[in-house]
Amino acid sequence: MNLQEFLAMGGYAGYVWTAYGLTAAILVWNWWAARRSEAEQLLSAQRRSAD
Amino acid sequence: MHRAPTTSAAGLVFRRDLMLAWRRWDEVAQPLIFYVVVTTMFPLATTPDLSQLREISGGVVWVAALLASLLALESLFRSDVEDGTMEQWVLSGQPLGWLLLAKVASHWVLTGLPLVVIAPVVGTALGLPFDAWGTLILSLILGTATLSILGGIGAALTVGVRRGSVLLSLLVLPLAMPLLIFGSRAVGMVMDGDSPAGPLQLLAAIFFLTLSLGPVAMSAAIRISVES
Amino acid sequence: MWLWLHKLGSPPHAYRLLGKMAPWFGWPALALILLATWWGLVWAPRDYQQGDAFRILYVHAPSAWMSMFTYVVMAVAAGIGMIWRIKLAHAAAASCAPIGASFTFLALATGSIWGKPMWGTWWVWDARLTSELILLFLYLGYMALRSSFDDPQRADRASAVLAIVGVINVPIIHYSVEWWTTLHQPASVTKLDKPSIALEMLYPLFIMMIGFQLYFGWAISRRLRGEILRRERNAKWLKEGA
Repeated sequence: MNLQEFLAMGGYAGYVWTAYGLTAAILVWNWWAARRSEAEQLLSAQRRSAD
Repeated sequence: MHRAPTTSAAGLVFRRDLMLAWRRWDEVAQPLIFYVVVTTMFPLATTPDLSQLREISGGVVWVAALLASLLALESLFRSDVEDGTMEQWVLSGQPLGWLLLAKVASHWVLTGLPLVVIAPVVGTALGLPFDAWGTLILSLILGTATLSILGGIGAALTVGVRRGSVLLSLLVLPLAMPLLIFGSRAVGMVMDGDSPAGPLQLLAAIFFLTLSLGPVAMSAAIRISVES
Repeated sequence: MWLWLHKLGSPPHAYRLLGKMAPWFGWPALALILLATWWGLVWAPRDYQQGDAFRILYVHAPSAWMSMFTYVVMAVAAGIGMIWRIKLAHAAAASCAPIGASFTFLALATGSIWGKPMWGTWWVWDARLTSELILLFLYLGYMALRSSFDDPQRADRASAVLAIVGVINVPIIHYSVEWWTTLHQPASVTKLDKPSIALEMLYPLFIMMIGFQLYFGWAISRRLRGEILRRERNAKWLKEGA
């Protein structure tokens, strides 16, 4: 299968790539949201101990 | 210390609630009026043709009954929690589940039962045939009773929450979907000439399951609401 | 062993332990998910009925599985929190909710996307999709209930009751929805079932499942750490430096 065929996904490209794209988006979001909330909390805790 | 037998305590709660409601008729009538209004919306929204309405009559009667019951459930425990009665009950040493069940039972008599009585009338207006009445009534009795208990759990969890009625509906409606499925299908099946025994038995099973486990969840929820 | 378990309930200890555990979940998860993606998109043979569209299975099925798995974990954690009064268990339940809800959303979205080329519509009232939709409502209700309380203890315990009531209901909901769909299409195949599936097509699915499970382990570790920080923000151990 060459690159062209791979990307075309037998004509279903729109569906397959959207589905996998959404999956990636959700997985990344969970990663990003978890990290951000942890960082926020750490920051506010440090701020509190500073005063 | 002499403690009254639970049955008489529960009976007392049951009768008290009925008497209180007797003085506030309009509060009891409101869900009923809401029910009729909502069911009227469907023909207005779709078609006046009875033969078409008949197809969805079972579903509409059921959905409207669930919504009307939910409307009335939000205030189930509110006044008792606010005036401290609930706290007394928690401390009373009586099994809380029974007292709460008595409250739910009186609530059902005041809202669920009138709905069940009016449902066949409303259904007929939507084209529901007379031979479906029995199934409709039986399914609604089981369904509204189960919903009262489920709603009791939801009401106990959300008592004191601002705009709790929307939250209550959001919590209870997903749990009530099996009731809707079996109840309206039972009516649909009897209209098609099949026996509704299957879904009716499932409704009964769900009712008994909810009856046995519901009070446990309700008393846990009430304790949480009252003890904080 | 009990001492270890007891220590686990202490927030600073748990915080540190979770921090150490997370990469052990995270990196393997990433590796397996990438492997499964590659395998599923490139190596796995095309299905003769559904063509390349069936490859959506490799993300749809694991998401659906994880959505239900997470709900059960959430309910069990809530139960542990209620029975043994362990705050960390409640924190774990709270951490599960957004993760589970996002998996449920993903299952619905990928299921819908899969449905379009297969049956021509963006939505079908198929048993599994409908159950997933109701599961999403359950998650949203749980999160709504949690956020409606200012008192964290009350939020924990009320949502715990809801989670436990919900988990008992899930099999009932599942069964009733399945029954509901079979009524109208007695002869049809369960719509989003795997196609006549050869073993070579299943390998990427297994790998993706395991990858998602590990990912869950990683995600919950990180979220739980954040949750611990939030709950313990005034505690001494935090001020003295985590």
